[in-house]
Amino acid sequence: MAYKFDFGAIVPHWQLLFDGVILTTELTVIGAVVGVGLGIMGAWARASRAPVISQIVGVYVELIRNTPFLVQLFFIFFGLPALGVKLTEFQAAVLAMIVNLGAYSTEIIRAGILAIPQGQIEAAQSLAMNRVQIFRYVVILPALKKIWPALSSQIVIVMLGSSVCSQIAAEELTFGANYIQALNFRAFEVYFVVTGLYLVMSILLRMGLKVLGNFLFERRRHV
Amino acid sequence: MSEFSLWDIAYNLLLAARWTVLLSLTAFVLGGLVGLLLLMVRTAGNPWVIRLVRGYVELFQGTPLLMQLFIVFFGLPLIGLDVSPWVAATLGLTLFTSAFLTEIWRGCVESIGKGQWEASASLGMNFTQQMRYIVLPQALRIAVPPTVGFSVQVVKGTAVASIIGFVELTKAGTMITNATYEPFTVYGCVAVMYFLICYPLSLFARHLEGKFRHVAR
Amino acid sequence: MSLVELHAIHKSFGELEVLKGIDLSIDEGQVIALIGKSGSGKSTLLRTINGLEVIDDGVIIVDGKKISDRDADLLGLRLQVGMVFQQFNLFPHYTALENVMLSPQVVKKQSKAEAKQIAEEMLAKVGLADKMMHYPDQLSGGQQQRVAIARALAMKPKVLLCDEVTSALDPELVNEVLAVVRQLAEEGMTLVMVTHEMRFAREVCDKLVFMHQGRIHETGDPEEVFSNPKTPELSSFVGGLA
Repeated sequence: MAYKFDFGAIVPHWQLLFDGVILTTELTVIGAVVGVGLGIMGAWARASRAPVISQIVGVYVELIRNTPFLVQLFFIFFGLPALGVKLTEFQAAVLAMIVNLGAYSTEIIRAGILAIPQGQIEAAQSLAMNRVQIFRYVVILPALKKIWPALSSQIVIVMLGSSVCSQIAAEELTFGANYIQALNFRAFEVYFVVTGLYLVMSILLRMGLKVLGNFLFERRRHV
Repeated sequence: MSEFSLWDIAYNLLLAARWTVLLSLTAFVLGGLVGLLLLMVRTAGNPWVIRLVRGYVELFQGTPLLMQLFIVFFGLPLIGLDVSPWVAATLGLTLFTSAFLTEIWRGCVESIGKGQWEASASLGMNFTQQMRYIVLPQALRIAVPPTVGFSVQVVKGTAVASIIGFVELTKAGTMITNATYEPFTVYGCVAVMYFLICYPLSLFARHLEGKFRHVAR
Repeated sequence: MSLVELHAIHKSFGELEVLKGIDLSIDEGQVIALIGKSGSGKSTLLRTINGLEVIDDGVIIVDGKKISDRDADLLGLRLQVGMVFQQFNLFPHYTALENVMLSPQVVKKQSKAEAKQIAEEMLAKVGLADKMMHYPDQLSGGQQQRVAIARALAMKPKVLLCDEVTSALDPELVNEVLAVVRQLAEEGMTLVMVTHEMRFAREVCDKLVFMHQGRIHETGDPEEVFSNPKTPELSSFVGGLA
């Protein structure tokens, strides 16, 4: 017997998908902003002269990069309460995304920093700038510019990865999809449409990051 | 009351970890083969084939792995194929892997200069011969480190298969947690086991990368 | 007392001892050229003067104050000793004006208006009043190097170190940079330069320091040193140039 597709069965539940898109967007924006901030600090620590701090950050990076995001999420949501840290689904999801992106962006940004020519740093030193000033005015912007495409890709990966946050009942897009298919038993149609939504979101996110990059690294040409 | 000792937890997780390894290996090998096939048709192919492969890559890189698994898991029964979580996970991860690997390898092939193609063509080689004797041997050397690096993503990707009910390391972790009510210990152990699988691969990839950079210089 | 005094400076890179006990004093207003073959240690010596190379042994005294390798001392040292590099090292994400303004603003905490005024003055001095809004990659090598000089000058250093400032330039651009350096020398700026421009060194400098294998081999008045080298090494170096 042939299956009859019924995409119309999703229409009555569009509000759930809409809410899911909003929440996924919120997770991604907070996760990306704080995660990249964490990555900048991590990269600074990795490049610093204090070997202990650098090693601690190194361990963090390796731990995160070599374990699945889903397990990190479960550990934070189900495991941390054992230490007295009780988080809501949203908080746990956003924390997991921050911690995850923080580790990846530490490595990515560090590569950007290492690509800054030594002469740039020597010139800044010769102008009597201290370490913080050199990092802030001379190093970080050109470093970010160099690795912006890689960082953008990683942010998209984190956004797509957030779909597993449905497993702790964070009410993002995939959660909405699960909910709808439990109501109308049209799993394939629902996931097909939601996959399309994710695809559109990742394309838009990529474009948005490109525009942001252009803005951040823009030159006010006066020629 | 928990009757599981730490050893029981670790033992049961280790048993489940075999499935993580098996799924990773299967997806990686099959995904590699499909990826290679895609690479060949793409490198040789007409603009339409290239566009098709590019779309395939963008589809898998632009959507969540979980959705890919769901579509396979819920989609195949609709065309009359009854699939177990194992089959759905293998198929989904294979497609996922093939898309990423073909894209990684494309970069490697493209880094082989046009001069190599032209030189080999002027020696009378056909496409297969050019690939086999000239381009692939060179591209392979560049391709090995990122390919090994991607294997880590495949291993981590298998965790998502737990969501469609495939019992591997993460799913076992959830099941044991439900029995022991010790999520901190159990998920801690799960994370350690993934780390023990992935970290050596990461180190190996980095080692190869350093070695290759040395050769290139 | 001299402005900068170096006593028994030693510096090694791993096994290789690059500076084997250097004594040198730099007086206010003096223009000194460091010459010698590549590998003789002249660039390293220059870089020790503003602490870019940390010395293994010896004493550096600037303006009567002994410099240690603590961060605070190094920053204080660099406020007094400016540097211009062979590769310009302009900051690519800032305009010429911003390059010059940056350090007075963030290090010396000058107001934006104040920093801007000084920067404009300095850029005008090096002949680039019309290129202030250009980014480094929109400038020729000679122009970039003049911005770099203006950038160092805006910090009002007591000494300016010049490390082969024309070596990376196309031949036709060398003169515009040398003209600026010459002007600075005439205005009484204290200058220490590593250079291969022997004719320029002869004309502009008060003192020539010839380095050989990590030591100061011969030193003196440029006319004297060039026309009457006392050691075979210097005479072969000078002869090799001709």
